[in-house]
Parts: sequence; C-alpha cells; structure tokens
Amino acid sequence: MYQYDQIDQALVDQRVAQYRDQTRRFLAGQLSDDDFKSLRLRNGLYIQKHAPMLRISIPYGLLRPAQVRMLARIAREYDKGYGHFSTRQNMQFNWPKLELVPDILALLATVQLHGIQTSGNCIRNVTADHLAGVASDELEDPRPWCEYVRQWATLHPEFSYLPRKFKIAITGSPQDRAASRVHDVGLHLVKNEQGEVGFEVLVGGGLGRAPMIGHVIREFLPKQDLLAYLEAILRVYNLEGRRDNIHKARIKILVKAIGPAKFRELVEEEFAAAKDSAPVFDAAGFERIRAFFAPKNYEALQDQDVVTGKPEEFRRWYQYNTRKHKAAGYRAVFLSLKSPTRPPGDITADELDRVADLAEQYSLSEIRSTHDQNVVFAHVKQSDLFALWQELKLIDLATPNIGTLTDMVCCPGGDFCALANARSIPLAKQINERFDSLDYIYDLGEIQLKMSGCMNGCGHHSVGHIGVLGVDKDGEEWYQITLGGSTGGQDASLGKVIGPSVAHDDVALTIERILEVYVEQRQDEERFLDTVRRIGIAPFKARVYAPSHQAA
Amino acid sequence: MRRLIKQREVIVDEWRYADEDPVGRERALILPFARWQAEREQWWLWDGRLGVRLGPTDPIAELKNDFTRIGLIAIEFSGIAEGRGYSQAALLRTRYKFTGELRAVGKIQRDQLFYLARCGFDTFELPEDADLDVALTAFDDFTVAYQGAVDAAGVHVQRRAVG
Repeated sequence: MYQYDQIDQALVDQRVAQYRDQTRRFLAGQLSDDDFKSLRLRNGLYIQKHAPMLRISIPYGLLRPAQVRMLARIAREYDKGYGHFSTRQNMQFNWPKLELVPDILALLATVQLHGIQTSGNCIRNVTADHLAGVASDELEDPRPWCEYVRQWATLHPEFSYLPRKFKIAITGSPQDRAASRVHDVGLHLVKNEQGEVGFEVLVGGGLGRAPMIGHVIREFLPKQDLLAYLEAILRVYNLEGRRDNIHKARIKILVKAIGPAKFRELVEEEFAAAKDSAPVFDAAGFERIRAFFAPKNYEALQDQDVVTGKPEEFRRWYQYNTRKHKAAGYRAVFLSLKSPTRPPGDITADELDRVADLAEQYSLSEIRSTHDQNVVFAHVKQSDLFALWQELKLIDLATPNIGTLTDMVCCPGGDFCALANARSIPLAKQINERFDSLDYIYDLGEIQLKMSGCMNGCGHHSVGHIGVLGVDKDGEEWYQITLGGSTGGQDASLGKVIGPSVAHDDVALTIERILEVYVEQRQDEERFLDTVRRIGIAPFKARVYAPSHQAA
Repeated sequence: MRRLIKQREVIVDEWRYADEDPVGRERALILPFARWQAEREQWWLWDGRLGVRLGPTDPIAELKNDFTRIGLIAIEFSGIAEGRGYSQAALLRTRYKFTGELRAVGKIQRDQLFYLARCGFDTFELPEDADLDVALTAFDDFTVAYQGAVDAAGVHVQRRAVG
C-alpha cells in the first residue's frame, strides 16, 4: 500500500501544527464558534451530543498493522476503549476531548494517518471496492487512482470551500461494491471498443434527504484526463451550486435542477475551455503511486477443499464470510462487526490490537474496512482459514452472517449523534433478538438491511433492500420502512416507503412480517430484492398494516 | 486609513471604493461591477487608475477585454462558507490572463489566506479588527503542496504536483 515520502509527511505534520494553532486560538477566544467550526470540521471534529466526535480518514479503506495499533491506542488513551467504522470506510471516535485532538492528530501523523477533509464542505475521503486488487472480476485495480485523486484533492486551493461536501468513489469491477452510484461522483474503470481502459463518469448521486442515483455524463474518459475532468465538474459545481440553503447545496440538486444533459454540456464546455490550464497527466508520478499497489507476492498454491470434515459452524463461516480470490490457494475473509452483542461497526481497542496481530500472521499485513462496516483480510491462504477462524471466534469477529439480514448497516444514531431523530443501535439489538436463528437467516438469503437515525442517511437506508429511517413524532421515536433499495451495479435503486412509520418497539416485528410475505411469494431461489421488484410493495404493505395487526 | 496585506507585506491601501470620498491623492478608484458595466465608456477616459469589485455571481468573463484599463479586481467574500471567489480568481489568472492586482475582500480570515494565495490573490483586505501581523504567518502554514496552482508572489511551496 501507499507509503508517505517526505512531502506527504511534511503536509500532514504541518496540518497538525496548523490545527494545533487553530485550537489554541479558539480556546483563547480569538476564533468565534462559527469560524472554528469550519476549521475543525475539515479536520474531522464534530461537536456531538455527549462529546466531540473525531473522524479519522482511512483512504479507500486500507490500513497497515501499525496504523490499526495506533487506532487501538487512541481508543484506549483518548476515548472509552472503542472506535466505530463508518459507512465511508473511516473510523470514528465518540469521546475525545476537544483540547486533546491536536495531540491525537500528532500521534496519527506518526503512522501516516490524519483527519484531513473527513468532514466540511470539501472533497472527502475517496472510497473504493474493499476487494480491490483481489476480486476475480476486476478490470483494473482502482486504488492507485484513488490515491492519485486523494493527493490532488488534499488541500485543493480552489475546491476547499464548496457549497457542500463532495464524495468520490472509484471501482474497477462490474459489480459495484463501493456504492458508487450514490456518490457525488462515481468513477468506474471500463474498457472501450478499442480495448483501452478509461473511466465511466457518473455525477449527482447521493443519499441524505433527497436520495438520488447518479447520472452517467461521460461514457468513456481517457485515464489521462481524469483530474482535468474532475476539475471541470468541481468548477461548474463550485460556481453554480446553491449556497443559500444547506439542504439544496449538494451537486445532485444542481444536476437535477438543470438536468443531467445540461450539466454534462457545462462540464464538457469547461473541460474544453480549460485545456491549456488544467492538470496534465503526470505519468511518472502515477507510476510511482501504482508501484505501491503491485500484486502481492503470493505463493504458488492450488485451490483446495478446506471444509470437508470440518465442523458445520466453520463451513457456514467459509460459505458466508470468505470470498473468491484471484490468486489460487487464497481467499478474502470478512471479519464480521455485526455479532448480536455488538453495535454494528464498533470495535474495541483490544480487538483492534488483535486484528493487527492476525493480519500480520494471516493476511500479508494488510487490513481493509468496508463501506458496510466490516473488516476484510484480503489475502488469506486457504490452508490457514481454519486456524484464523478459531482465532476470530475468540474475539467475536467470526459471526457467519456477511450479506445476510443481520449484517446490517447502522449509523451511531440518537445514542451519540446530535443530528439524529431516533436511536438506531437499539434497533440492531432488537433485530438480533428476534432473528436469532441462523438457519432462518440463511433461508432468507442475501438481504441488505440499512438503518439511519435521521434523513441525513449515514446508515444508507435509502439504498437498503430494507431501509429503516428514524423520524421524530412529538418527541417520540418512529421509524419509516422502505423496500427495494439497492446499491449494486447497474440496477442501483432507491427504496419505496411502504406506509406510515412504526413505533420503536415494533420495528423487528414489522421486518418479520415483511419477510413472511417474501417467503410466501418468492419463486425458487429468488432474492428478496428481486421479489420486491417483481410483486411491488403492495403485498408487503397489506400485511404490515393489516387491520388485525393494529393495536386495539 | 485602510491597511491590507499585499504580497506578504502590511501596506496602506492607496485605492478608494466608489462610495468613499475623496478619491485620494493616488486617484485610484474601485467601481462596483454593475457601475463599470453601465458607465464603462465614460470611465475609460478618466485620468486615474481603475479597479472593479465583483460579487460572487458577477460574470467575470465580461471583463476579459478590459484589462488594459482595469488594474485591480476585488472579489467579495461574504463569509468563510463563500467559495465562488476561489474559482473566479483561478479563472481570471489562468483563462483570462489577468496580471493586475487581485484582491480578496470581505469576511475573510487568516486560515483562508494560503488557499486564496494559491488561487492567485495577491492582496487581502481583511475585516477591520483582524490582526494583520498574525495573518501574515498564514502563508507559511504549508511548505508543500500536491497541486499545480497559480501561486501568487509570497507563497513558496515545494510541489509534487499530481496534475
């Protein structure tokens, strides 16, 4: 993975010094709350319900053991002993002290980590497919491009005070494992008719209170034009995006208001006009970056049967929590952060330390975070799987549920977040209690359950096969249910609301009723999502709101 | 007497805005964009120096044939969230090749100066109560940068431009 040289290191060190001075001026009363807010946010610091929240950038979800150990140390020394993986592959700490954040950032800088641009109206962490470089269906590894874009976006002088936040995701496989269609910009590595590899460019996707699927504005962009084209998009957005209303300021609103065709025209016009001054592709610089992502030195192995004769529990884990690897004899392994006893995405300091050790022992010293809040060991020898599984069981990271109902995505919600209308973590508990039979979960097959505590949508509810959104009704927590959302590939879609919101205590029961309808109606091995698409939401609505189900 | 930062020095402003009186010994006047549009012909022959003040939605392209007459362009910022001026400045410098004085004016603060300077601003008119000596240190916040840019005089960064 990418290693800093002295320029990268100097930038991060100087950023820490700058932020230390900003914090000092704020505490001395020389910076107003508002002025400091804009500065602290772009270093990842929010003011939350109980304490500040610090978001650490994990560029495209890639970590080294030393970095994971540092996250453990920060959780232990500056937080309450745990951290939380977010839906954009970052790590969040919920209890740091504002005045100690410069010290935390200084520690992070020693292992090439930072909080730069993890919040604020600027270009955020560039995310990628968590199986990049190992997926067998991959056209090209997107991560060198992520790093290339990350560097360009870092402290970009022109695009650091945008109308609103700006998120970019890059994928290199036909299967979209990065939710790229619900990003401000989604970039897909694709091949054209001449066999050249370039980018398909989507703009205007996003979640939050006006969820939208992105529009393709360029079917094929030559690779060397990537930064020039991004600058054209950003410049049009920076000048034309709305700034009068925070809820109308994302690029998706601009694209919708003028239409994708007009937006594309403006971008192409700007792209052409900027030809002489736009960034020129730096082939040598890119090669330098790409070398860091060269394929690992895999041993020459054969695929083998590692499940025959092993316990049922292991076989389930193998089936659900491991994936095909492009190198024979290896598998990619998911560490589930969705056990019944764990708030989704949470991990303790001790577990982080252990994860670092295990990555060194079993996965070529590499750790990845996923946008659905799990961890991946991407390079595990098949012959090591049984041993690794036993180790993971000891730290509660082997729940065999990846891709199933209980592998749910969930924001921190009302327990922590000042924006939330309702709690989301207790829902995870409620759902785990109701659906405690793994056999039933397996029968249901692939289901993405995504829950957000408010319409800002950090839990990606709009694109859940089942989405749950917390709403406030006269100070009480209620939840709106949507069906049929999806982030996957060409068929990304937004969920449809099935009816009036349900009470907190009824959420799991409601989901159970929805799943009953699915089980009755499904044809053969049809996925839940496909059943919803085939029969529509009416049968689900009829069951959930049946007169016999209404409280007397 | 208005003080501002020009090319990393604190100086006394020799320019006056159109609503200020008198024009001053230097006879250097900054007109609002709308007034320049309306009265362009009559001001062209005036014997003083001229500048134009732009708001965030003013069409900068309309000035592109006026640079022989306009020596200064001031771009307004209504607060830290206002970011259009960065693109306006970059366009003036790169596309329209404006080489005169480019001034950021309004509610700007120390922590924006590094970015502003990299977009081509060389003069900074901060709010009256700002400590300009403290603000001067902002140009040294970073000695490195990734992007190529239109660094104004006074910004010294080692670049490893990715583009």
